Amino acid sequence: MDDLDSRARQALAEIDKADALEVLDALRVGLLGKSGIVTAALKTLGGLAPDERKARGAEVNRIKERLADALAARKQWLEQVELDRRLASEQLDISLPGRDGERGGIHPITRALERIASIFARLGYQRADGPEIEDDWHNFEALNFPPHHPARAMHDTFYFADGRLLRTHTSPVQIRAMKGRQPPIRIIAPGKVYRSDSDQTHSPMFHQVEGLLVDETSSFADLKGTLAEFIRAFFERDFEMRFRPSYFPFTEPSAEVDIRWDAPDGSTRWLEVLGCGMVHPEVLKNCGIDPERYTGFAFGLGVERFAMLRYGVSDLRAFFENDLRFLRQFA
Amino acid sequence: MKFSENWLRELVEIKADRAALAHALTMAGLEVEELTPLGEGLAGVVVAEIIAADKHPEADRLQICKVDAGQGEPLQIVCGAPNARVGIKVPLAMVGARLPGDIAIKAARLRGVESQGMLCSARELAIDTDASGLLELPPDAPVGQPLATCLGLPDASFELKLTPNRPDCLGLFGLAHDVAALFGSKVRLAAPPAAAVTCDARRGIRLQAGKDAPRYLGRVIEGIDPAAPTPLWMTERLRRAGLRPISAVVDVTNYVMLELGQPLHAFDNDALRGDIVVRHARAGETLKLLDGSEARLDEGFVLIADEDKPLAVAGVMGGFDSRVTDATGNVFLESAHFAPAAIMGRARKLGLHTDASHRFERGVDPQLPQRALERASDLLLAIAGGRAGPVLVAENLADLPVPVAVALRRDRLRRVLGVDVADAEVQRIFVALGMQIESTADGWQVTAPSSRFDIEREEDLIEEVARIFGYDNIPTATPAGALTLAIEPEARIGELALREQLAARGYCEAVNLSFVAADLLASWGFTERLVPLANPLSADLAVMRPSLLPGLIEALRHNRARQQERVRLFEVARVFHQGASPREAPSVQDRTSPQAGNSPLETPSLAIVACGTARAEQWGEPARTLDFHDLKGDLDALIGWGGQPQRWSVHADGLPAWLHPGRGARVARDGETVGYLGALHPQLARALDLGADVHVLELALEPVLTRRLPQVQPVSRFPLVRRDIAMDLPESVSWSQIEQLVRSTLGARLQELRLFDRYSGKGVEAGRKSLAMGLILQDTSRTLTDDDADRCVREAIDALEQTCRGKLRG
Repeated sequence: MDDLDSRARQALAEIDKADALEVLDALRVGLLGKSGIVTAALKTLGGLAPDERKARGAEVNRIKERLADALAARKQWLEQVELDRRLASEQLDISLPGRDGERGGIHPITRALERIASIFARLGYQRADGPEIEDDWHNFEALNFPPHHPARAMHDTFYFADGRLLRTHTSPVQIRAMKGRQPPIRIIAPGKVYRSDSDQTHSPMFHQVEGLLVDETSSFADLKGTLAEFIRAFFERDFEMRFRPSYFPFTEPSAEVDIRWDAPDGSTRWLEVLGCGMVHPEVLKNCGIDPERYTGFAFGLGVERFAMLRYGVSDLRAFFENDLRFLRQFA
Repeated sequence: MKFSENWLRELVEIKADRAALAHALTMAGLEVEELTPLGEGLAGVVVAEIIAADKHPEADRLQICKVDAGQGEPLQIVCGAPNARVGIKVPLAMVGARLPGDIAIKAARLRGVESQGMLCSARELAIDTDASGLLELPPDAPVGQPLATCLGLPDASFELKLTPNRPDCLGLFGLAHDVAALFGSKVRLAAPPAAAVTCDARRGIRLQAGKDAPRYLGRVIEGIDPAAPTPLWMTERLRRAGLRPISAVVDVTNYVMLELGQPLHAFDNDALRGDIVVRHARAGETLKLLDGSEARLDEGFVLIADEDKPLAVAGVMGGFDSRVTDATGNVFLESAHFAPAAIMGRARKLGLHTDASHRFERGVDPQLPQRALERASDLLLAIAGGRAGPVLVAENLADLPVPVAVALRRDRLRRVLGVDVADAEVQRIFVALGMQIESTADGWQVTAPSSRFDIEREEDLIEEVARIFGYDNIPTATPAGALTLAIEPEARIGELALREQLAARGYCEAVNLSFVAADLLASWGFTERLVPLANPLSADLAVMRPSLLPGLIEALRHNRARQQERVRLFEVARVFHQGASPREAPSVQDRTSPQAGNSPLETPSLAIVACGTARAEQWGEPARTLDFHDLKGDLDALIGWGGQPQRWSVHADGLPAWLHPGRGARVARDGETVGYLGALHPQLARALDLGADVHVLELALEPVLTRRLPQVQPVSRFPLVRRDIAMDLPESVSWSQIEQLVRSTLGARLQELRLFDRYSGKGVEAGRKSLAMGLILQDTSRTLTDDDADRCVREAIDALEQTCRGKLRG
């Protein structure tokens, strides 16, 4: 007994000194393992008288518990030391770039176009589209441009040998949308359009968004309200706006819309951003809609202009050069 | 339409300053496109006469002039202008003057000679662009008078961007009426006096063009002085309207056109024979025009002819042989009405655009010819003398446009504009615009003046009310009415979402023009079913693209040439092919469309191009050049978004010429070819100066956007079992064959077949490869035992051995 007691005291000192988990484990085996001294002491209990066995058993178990606690405590301490050492060695340069980080981007024209279309989608306008290769009837005649009319001179047109043409505006989509159905109609039609004109401020291909609303009660006042809201939603700010009388064969009254724009140099000027008007009764008739029962308004805008204003692009040509140094800025 | 502000103010009282006038015009639909102030900074510039001019001893080009500027003593000015000569009157900027552009005039020595001021060109004074020499003033200009007074300055040149519906404002007379309506004032231009008829020269006029030329007035004026100078006030007004003074006769006709809007033409009367005949041209008839070009005419043109020959293309341009020259003493003035329909498109057909055609094709007031002819006669006689013959009139009144009353309903006005305009205001507007009105039960009957070709229907009147009432005064409202909810099909991927996915994979979206060069297409081998433009801007932009790739590769090259080694671009746009199948069945209304029926096919397409390293250059992994399977990964991702990979397949056959025959693939969905991917053919790559790293993919967009609406299958409760095998197989056996075979052999028990290694080289026979694959097995009704799994593996190995000459590797 005294022997066990002194062996235990000695073991406790050794446990305290153990400097590695393997050493500690060897101590544990020698003490509490199958052939350890505590196990051996427990085995001797069987041969004792009941009273003595009880007292002795309690004593051995007390020693066993003390040793086990000491082993566990030392183990935890050693593990902590080990963990601290590992953590100290596992330092990363977290400032190194992550792997595979390169992202592309969406073209600013698409970005602006989708933004415009989604604003109108929230107002219940459905997306519509038509062919880019159009016929004269949809692009001009149905929109009230008679052959040789001077208004056509404003549309420098690309033609094909068979007389078809590249649409000069998205307005023919109005015709296609109206011919298929009866009001109420709210459509928004973004797309590519073409004019045979190319210089610093004109690209032979550009993008327009056409909007059309036909209903029993729509008025010029509604048109003004709708476009004012749109401009505010697109630019996320209020602008001084003006509606100027203008002329499009397919709308009457017609207007061009200017916003008061602050140039980066501090000056302000009126900037034309939209064309619009009340759908001409002849156009409604051409589409099988009764102009006495229904009125409507239509508007068209150049996406490039909106993208230029929104993203600070000063040169139209940048949109079609596809220079990555430009495009990556839209990631 | 460009004009002098002072001139307009002479014709109508304008109670507003320049800026307010410009604003009012713009807001009335007569947009002021440009406004150029003239004659500012002319203090110290006076009329001076050159009284002596001697060569500068030290400089060939310079002259030493003595000028009289009304100072008593002549001033000595050194001048380099080629037209400086004794006797002419010119502007002198005296010492102390400060010219436009902030140029201070000081006494100076030029090559050793004292100069006490500067003789000026029009450009130096910022009153015209002419810098060819000194601005020559008329002989009667008073010496010493401030130049501003002499020229009627300051002034401003207004340039209006007129819409085609407002030809009435292509003359100051018409414009003044609109301005009068805006400012509530009256037009002051009185009708010109009838010129005294002092000779009996006349000519018959025969109208033979029906409605196209219903009114033709002419007059002979004999014995004018061909050298008579045009007075300064007139040349200045012409200049400020953008017209160059030429000679008294031409200047007068131009002046009257600007003033009244009626184009006139002057013939050399001695070049005409017999009657004037106004008729349609005969097919093939030709006429040498004023500008020296040869017009080839057809029956669509109206011709002014005499008894022998064509003289002028009506409403477009006069002929060369009957033109007024600096020797013309007898003129025949023409003042006629031609119908817009007769002139529309005619000038364009001849490649011309003239002041006359611009006006006639939009519409000139049929009541103007008489007035314009009298005005021109009056001016010409005053300037160049001569004897006027009687006014010769030929007209078919029945063919002239008849003013029609148009009804305007009060309710309709309110409904279209969304605002109540008071009756009194509506009436005031119409009266101010010179319209005749009559009240009716529900509105008005309105008759427009003959100058207004744009008033034909109710909407035209509504627009006039709105325009003068002011668009600004119409309130803003929110559209009422039923909203129909647009249904977005869930089984379709939005184009924006697709683009965002590609952007997330490192691709930048490009936008290329839809037309490309034919020879670029030829180098790619695109030669069939092309859709060429009839009138391209240039050969580089001549053919509608049949594929997005040639343009996209050009964009890649653009970037490569700018130190961008690693390029990732995509584009979504339509491609164009001649097609036999009608795109859409023509509807009933389409019968009016001559083009209904077959049209070229437009197919939305998606393309990507890539080159450089597989990943952006970085520190963590070895750099590797992009290869086929990187692009294949992109394809798999595109297919994956749709959730129906089993509908897609790739094939090594049927490749287009631009693909590398061994590193390209044809992509099919449901067995139908929908696109291609792979490396560019080495020959094409070399021709484009590109390397083997350039890979491309193009797919029809629709299949990519189609997605499966998920229909959930029960998830198996039983564990997965995985067995790995390594097979030695011939190179010629493709992975898709292996996959298909194993799948069909194991059926539903095979959840997934994963290829996790592919090896050829040492230890593997030449022409063979080693594939390591994992079979993921599962059953939905029970747990698979080891025996079950072993049996599956055995079946797979047997199949591969028997069908593909495979060997199990140890």
